[in-house]
Amino acid sequence: MPNFEHPAYPEATLLHLESMVPCRESQVSSLLSIFGERQHFTFPSIFIYGHTSSGKTYVMQTLLETLELPHVFVNCVECFTSRLLLEEILSKLQSLSSENKHGSHVPCDTFNDFVRLFKQETKDLQDQTVYIVLDKAEQLREMEANVLPGFLKLQEMSDRNVTVVFLSEIVWELFRPNTGCLEPFTLYFPDYSIGHLQKILSHYHPPEYSADFYSAYINILLGVFYTVCRDLKELRHLAVLNFTKYCEPVVRGEANERDTRRLWKNIESHLKKAMQTPTTSQKTYLQWLSAHAHVELPYYSKFLLIAAYLASYNPARTDKRFFLKHHGKIKKTNFLKKHEKTSNHLLGPKPFPLDRLLAILYSIVDNKVAPTANIFSQITSLVTLQLLTLVGHDDQLDGPKYKCTVSLDFIRAIAR
Amino acid sequence: MSTCSVSKGCFVFKPSSKKRRKSSPTADYFSEGKNDSEDSGLRFATCQLLWNQINSETKKIQEELNKQLFDNLISFLRQSDTEFQTKKIEWMCRMKSSEIPTAALVLGVNVTDHDLTFKSLSEVLQDNVTPYVVSLEAKECPGIKHLLQKLMGQLMDCCIDVDSSEEEDCVKISQKKIRCSMASLSKWYESVTKKTGSETPSKKRTSSSRHWQSPPIVVIFKDMESFTTKVLQDFIVMSGQHIHEFPLILIFGIATSPMIIHRLLPQSISSLLCIELFQSLSCKEYLATVIDKLLLTTQFPFKLSEKALQVLINIFLYHDFSVQNFIKGFQLSIVEHFYSQPLSVLCCQLLEAKKRVNSLSHSQCENIRSLPSFRRYVESQVSEKQIALLTEDNFLKEVTQTLLEDLHIYHENYFPVLRCLHVFTASLPKYPLGKQVRELHCACLGRRVWETEEYGSAVQLMRMLAKAELMAILQKCVEIFTSSSGKQFSNTIEKLEEFLARFQNLEVAETSEVQDVSVSTQKEFQKKTDLYHLQKTLLELKESKRSKKLTKFEMLRSEVVDFIDSLVRSYLVPAEMQPLNEVVYFNTANILREHLNAAPRIALHTALNNPYCYLKNQTLKSDTGCISNTAPDICIVYKLHLECGRLINLVDWLEAFSTVVTAVEGTDPASVATDQVDEIIHARFIRAVSELELLGFIKPSKQKTDHVARLTWGGC
Repeated sequence: MPNFEHPAYPEATLLHLESMVPCRESQVSSLLSIFGERQHFTFPSIFIYGHTSSGKTYVMQTLLETLELPHVFVNCVECFTSRLLLEEILSKLQSLSSENKHGSHVPCDTFNDFVRLFKQETKDLQDQTVYIVLDKAEQLREMEANVLPGFLKLQEMSDRNVTVVFLSEIVWELFRPNTGCLEPFTLYFPDYSIGHLQKILSHYHPPEYSADFYSAYINILLGVFYTVCRDLKELRHLAVLNFTKYCEPVVRGEANERDTRRLWKNIESHLKKAMQTPTTSQKTYLQWLSAHAHVELPYYSKFLLIAAYLASYNPARTDKRFFLKHHGKIKKTNFLKKHEKTSNHLLGPKPFPLDRLLAILYSIVDNKVAPTANIFSQITSLVTLQLLTLVGHDDQLDGPKYKCTVSLDFIRAIAR
Repeated sequence: MSTCSVSKGCFVFKPSSKKRRKSSPTADYFSEGKNDSEDSGLRFATCQLLWNQINSETKKIQEELNKQLFDNLISFLRQSDTEFQTKKIEWMCRMKSSEIPTAALVLGVNVTDHDLTFKSLSEVLQDNVTPYVVSLEAKECPGIKHLLQKLMGQLMDCCIDVDSSEEEDCVKISQKKIRCSMASLSKWYESVTKKTGSETPSKKRTSSSRHWQSPPIVVIFKDMESFTTKVLQDFIVMSGQHIHEFPLILIFGIATSPMIIHRLLPQSISSLLCIELFQSLSCKEYLATVIDKLLLTTQFPFKLSEKALQVLINIFLYHDFSVQNFIKGFQLSIVEHFYSQPLSVLCCQLLEAKKRVNSLSHSQCENIRSLPSFRRYVESQVSEKQIALLTEDNFLKEVTQTLLEDLHIYHENYFPVLRCLHVFTASLPKYPLGKQVRELHCACLGRRVWETEEYGSAVQLMRMLAKAELMAILQKCVEIFTSSSGKQFSNTIEKLEEFLARFQNLEVAETSEVQDVSVSTQKEFQKKTDLYHLQKTLLELKESKRSKKLTKFEMLRSEVVDFIDSLVRSYLVPAEMQPLNEVVYFNTANILREHLNAAPRIALHTALNNPYCYLKNQTLKSDTGCISNTAPDICIVYKLHLECGRLINLVDWLEAFSTVVTAVEGTDPASVATDQVDEIIHARFIRAVSELELLGFIKPSKQKTDHVARLTWGGC
């Protein structure tokens, strides 16, 4: 008994579709009912949102492909200007309608041109709804102001049977332009639950092992990793990486495929270890990282960085007290104002002028430091190394201000 | 084109009407203002030759040092390439989310050296792996669009390189406005690989021997730190979409630590990458190798004196960690030496130098006579010889030849003994003579090393070395001496080997002896039981130990140490003691410091405070403190402002200025008495003040009207 019922499509296709999109049945059936039959007009635009790897792109793609609906799939990150985006859509449309795959390049600068050219291209497809899917639609917000409203109203402007589908990770409220626009139909893809994940992951079992064996393995894997990682893509990756280890006893002939207990014993410690680095795509690399986190710096660069750190985290008032030998008496009580009692480390680094940095440098270095060109160029190179950041404009010549961006641990390691 | 202006704006450059004067060859600078008797032409030629030799040597060193790193990188590329080939078949690879293989190259903070490394890296890759190597710099790619433009541009050029027959096609492509997107990139890749696939078999063979079958596109990000997050993220997301279509490998050049990747890229993006880390050799080791191969060798006649070497090393350690800059400094000292020292004509290989001595002119002979080290030598001779040396040129030339030979032999002996001593001192606790051989070298160059306190304590510590250590060290010393070219070390080697043999023999003898001693003492303890006697024997024992009933090992050890000490005293004499050392040693460290470690603030202060220093005008020569009226206006204004506090009253300043200026020009008291300031003086004052403002000493203040704020402190 198929979950999806639709008079327009053969039952076999629907069954196939169902097997392809596990755990997304309700979304797909609502999409199907929105789409209607091939020649029906539907919503001018549909907005689909949900977290990373909740199957938005995948579901959309499989749906359109299995039902063989005319569609264009575009990734907005890749087409970083509106011009590229529009041309990409047009060239894909061209290959859709005509037989020759390599359609000639159509220059298209404005949305106006796009609508005109779009009408030309879709002349042959009058009887079917054309779907334009814009993946990673967040990027549209950074393009010209007319692009997003334009796509929302494309059906009306072009007077063609077209539906624009936006796929995004953020909610529609963050898209809505100030000037108002046609509201799209919004559809939410919720996160997969643990049961869903289990089902999806076990779905693609390796051909040489049985589905039960693999799903037992997935069960163990999820038990360990579900607390730290719910991203389907990464879990799938983890599953592949650790599977050979899991199979080892079976391959050696020590254990039966059904001997779950034994297999669990074997894999447990391995997985626990792997959990320390949830992104196993980076392999043993995190351990390596901690070993090489230390940065070797020239002598004066070290002092400059320490001085910068002091200047960033100490209020300027206290400089006199800390760095002068005869600073006079200071009443201990009420020395700190109320708001300064909170740790400066919680507040983050504060900007300081170049002069203050140099003054502190002169006082913390034992021997005399000549203000040579090398010292100044070291400050600049610390900025390019991202250990300091320049606050304000780059072109400010007099009195530039800096911030120290390194952590206390880093400074401790340097000062040793 | 660049301007000397500090302000931003539009500048018009007229093309210079005259064709530029033919630049005079560099050699002319050497002879400028000097008479030709001092062999300036020959000196220049020698200098060029020497520098070329040294340059090629440094290149060789760098290649050797990078070899390991590059080999690792290439094997990584090969591995990821095979992964790409098999990707479509295996279940595992299909299931894995496709990752972009990425090499993170940690190169250290010496950013100036990186350029060379990347250059040779891309050459190596282009020779062995793939023609498609792109290197990107952050400043070229402020946006994703520029990045792709740069990427495509460089790739299209590669295409022209790979086979010139298809040049026309490629030109056509690049002439068309390229649509900069990943899609067109993958289309381009497809077309290029197809083309090479359908080539004639003979051509194919040649290309496949050099490159791999489906050559990956390698993108090098030279300075990862400076790239903006957005550009990197977008690029990685985009290439993640297309990784199935063509093999892409990223190389990140990292100066600080690999943590920067995680600061720049969020988890969702970095999970698209399969990162492998590579660490280059630390710059300190690099420097040690360079010093070892360039300075601590007799291969090159030119030498640095202690002070000059110290300046170069200090700049390295204190400021930039850049080996390139160190080599540049070394080059500067070579040029300066050959330029300023007329006798540097003799700074070449020994045989050549002997030949050149014969053709020295009279004035050159006089130059030799005026060398301080030569004078010292003359004074130590008998009086007839002294006269001969000072009057007869031919005799002088003969003596010079022998002295040069002595100097050469001195160097031949010096370096092995230095290394030998370093082997000893490097194993001592707390390193009294330094951990690196360069520190020891500096110590030996400057003064008699055996007179220093550090050497004393080092010898003390050497007398406490354990046997195993000592034998290992001696073994190393033997190796050093045998590998050195000096012939006079055969005795030394024999002696050292004898020591080694005696240490080995000792082992057998010693064990029995020790037993003897312990048995006898134990017997004594057993005999005497009352307190008084026990105390007495204990005291005796203590006494005997102190007064040294030395074991054979200890005796032998002190013998070894004494032997090393004698070697040091005879061979590690400071170079300044050697006659004619000025010929090969460069010792004006001041020049190096001035050129390499410039102090702009100090220079500016000197220029304004004491204009004579730069203008060399006699009238400006004055005592410090008083303000000369002949000085340029800006100097007067500067000196006056030094006497003020943080805020300067402009009116007072103007009055002081006019007083100073008029005190020189007009001695007429009547004109001074009038309050009115001359308009010209007023204008001069305003101009000088605005010049000071441009230089950044003052700025207008809003706190008080008619006041300016001082931006510098001190100096009163």
